[in-house]
Amino acid sequence: MANVSIIPSGDFKTSYGTDTTIFPTTTSRNFAILGVILLLACPAFMDRFWLNMLIQIGYLGIAALGLNILVGFTGQISIGHSAFFGFGAFASAWLNNRWGVPVALAIPLAGVVTTGVGLLFGMPAARLKGLYLAIATLAAQYILQDFFARADWFTGGTNGTIAEALTIFGFSFDTDERYFYVVLVAMVVMYILATNLMRTRDGRALVAVRDHYLSAEIMGINLTKYRTMSFGISAFYAGIGGALYAHYLQFVSVEGFTILFSIQFLGMIIIGGLGSIMGTLMGTAFMVFLPEAMQALTKLVSGTAIDTALNLKDNIAFLREMSIGLVIILFLVFEPDGLAHRWKQIKAYWKLYPFSH
Amino acid sequence: MTLFLQLLVNGVIVGALYGVVAMSFVLIYKASRIVNFAQGEFLLIGAWTCWWLLTSWHLPFWIGFPITLVFMLVFGVILQVVVLRPMIGEPIISVIMVTIGLSIVFQAAMKWMFGVFAKPFPPIFASPTTNLFGLEVQTVYVVSLGISILIMAGFGWFFKYSRTGLAMRATAFDQQVAQSLGISVRRMFAMSWAISAMVSAVAGVTVGVVNGVSSALSIFGIKVFPAVILGGLDSVIGAVLGGLIVGVLENVAQYVDSQWLNWGNMYEIAPFYVLIAILMIKPYGLFGTKDIERV
Repeated sequence: MANVSIIPSGDFKTSYGTDTTIFPTTTSRNFAILGVILLLACPAFMDRFWLNMLIQIGYLGIAALGLNILVGFTGQISIGHSAFFGFGAFASAWLNNRWGVPVALAIPLAGVVTTGVGLLFGMPAARLKGLYLAIATLAAQYILQDFFARADWFTGGTNGTIAEALTIFGFSFDTDERYFYVVLVAMVVMYILATNLMRTRDGRALVAVRDHYLSAEIMGINLTKYRTMSFGISAFYAGIGGALYAHYLQFVSVEGFTILFSIQFLGMIIIGGLGSIMGTLMGTAFMVFLPEAMQALTKLVSGTAIDTALNLKDNIAFLREMSIGLVIILFLVFEPDGLAHRWKQIKAYWKLYPFSH
Repeated sequence: MTLFLQLLVNGVIVGALYGVVAMSFVLIYKASRIVNFAQGEFLLIGAWTCWWLLTSWHLPFWIGFPITLVFMLVFGVILQVVVLRPMIGEPIISVIMVTIGLSIVFQAAMKWMFGVFAKPFPPIFASPTTNLFGLEVQTVYVVSLGISILIMAGFGWFFKYSRTGLAMRATAFDQQVAQSLGISVRRMFAMSWAISAMVSAVAGVTVGVVNGVSSALSIFGIKVFPAVILGGLDSVIGAVLGGLIVGVLENVAQYVDSQWLNWGNMYEIAPFYVLIAILMIKPYGLFGTKDIERV
């Protein structure tokens, strides 16, 4: 699934090194670098709305990548990702407020703390798989959500907690334009880390566990170790994403981290493509723009008969919720490999155009 | 002590309802190996349909209720044929996500159509409470307990003695063998969804009559998980027992909490702690079939 790409005939890989490069071709690498450079220029000409969207894609994309490592690469299902995301957000704010840890340090530390929590809840993961694990993580979601509501010392209870803006050497990243770079750097680093992880022995072990765990075990892969590790990595990414979210909004409320949010994360990776790193980003972008698209759609039909019949204006929240569910179902039925797969097909089509056979 | 007894009785009554929902959940799982995360929404849809028939069309309960059941039957079949049938043979994550997606869609649609606030059913029974062994219990609860037992007995009879029930058991046991014996596996799948939706709707209406109908009903779909895991995912008896235990446990946890611990919210959360504990100790539950894998 992950490595289907059209390679021109005669292009043989002669060493493992060339077969496992980060980017399959030089062109794709150059395009990726170009993309990052273009993004660097974004704050100069984009307005706040688009910057906000891009920042959201950034921190949600990091968390979603963690989930994709767990679900897409290791084949373990988690329905409690938003709880870990929330835990990271609270942990970072708490480390900063209570212990005076500078924010720049609190964000990675929050990731580490969340990893600990992830490993704790990942302990059942060592024994369970598939369905049973899904149900265990569902329980984790509810337990953590309850913990957020109750632990006043950690989350501020119903009042929520304030997270200070990120400041490095007296330079405060408190506007969208400035914070954009923080998220961009974090995202690039985390995505490169994930890509590299998949090139290592450990990454291949994860994929082996997904593809056929019995064969993997026979080949000497320690199932317990890799399942738990994958859970930890996923929690780490969620924690980093959550911490970035906290210091972006500078306020964390206990209500946000519901099961619907967890399902949105799952939606992102399914839409993007399970087991695809770039797909994760596409799926996240899709999920972030979906509510806006619904809003735009509502605006488009406002005043018409459809609008009055369905009373769209008051029910836009439900429309958004419904669209999330519908998109997930439609993708699973019609495009189970996600946007990444579609993108590859489009690329392949143009590569061979007009002689596709 | 009276409070404790009262809680216990409440627990058994609510637990019986959990048992019924868990049973219909297990039915789907056994027949088609699909974990239905939208089970709670079946309750919701059934309850709203019945409520709508009763309030907007002013039908008496004994007409409105059967219409609801027929509607749920058709609904279950359509759902299986249109959405779930294409998912046969897909990986487990896809199937789970489809049912989760369904649950989101239904929940949002129900909120859209009927609003977010709880709406009471028109009164059905003459006296709201009855005396049961010296305890004041709502009439609806007693009736619901009766209905639950009736459904369970019905299930027992259906699977043990009826031809279709036998065919469904055969399908659950081995699809290929069942098919070679002339059983239409597709029909059995559709039927299991239909029955499951119908039975859930009965539970939904019962809860709706007691507490009013609101989207909070769908929490039953989540509470079902501790029950079925406790009983074993593919055991009908386990589901009933698990439901009862979870129902009682909730109320006992709340009692303990209000008396000594004062943590709050134990009623909602206690089952999930139990769920994790069971998964750690005995993942296949009390009566579930152990998955033995051979290479």
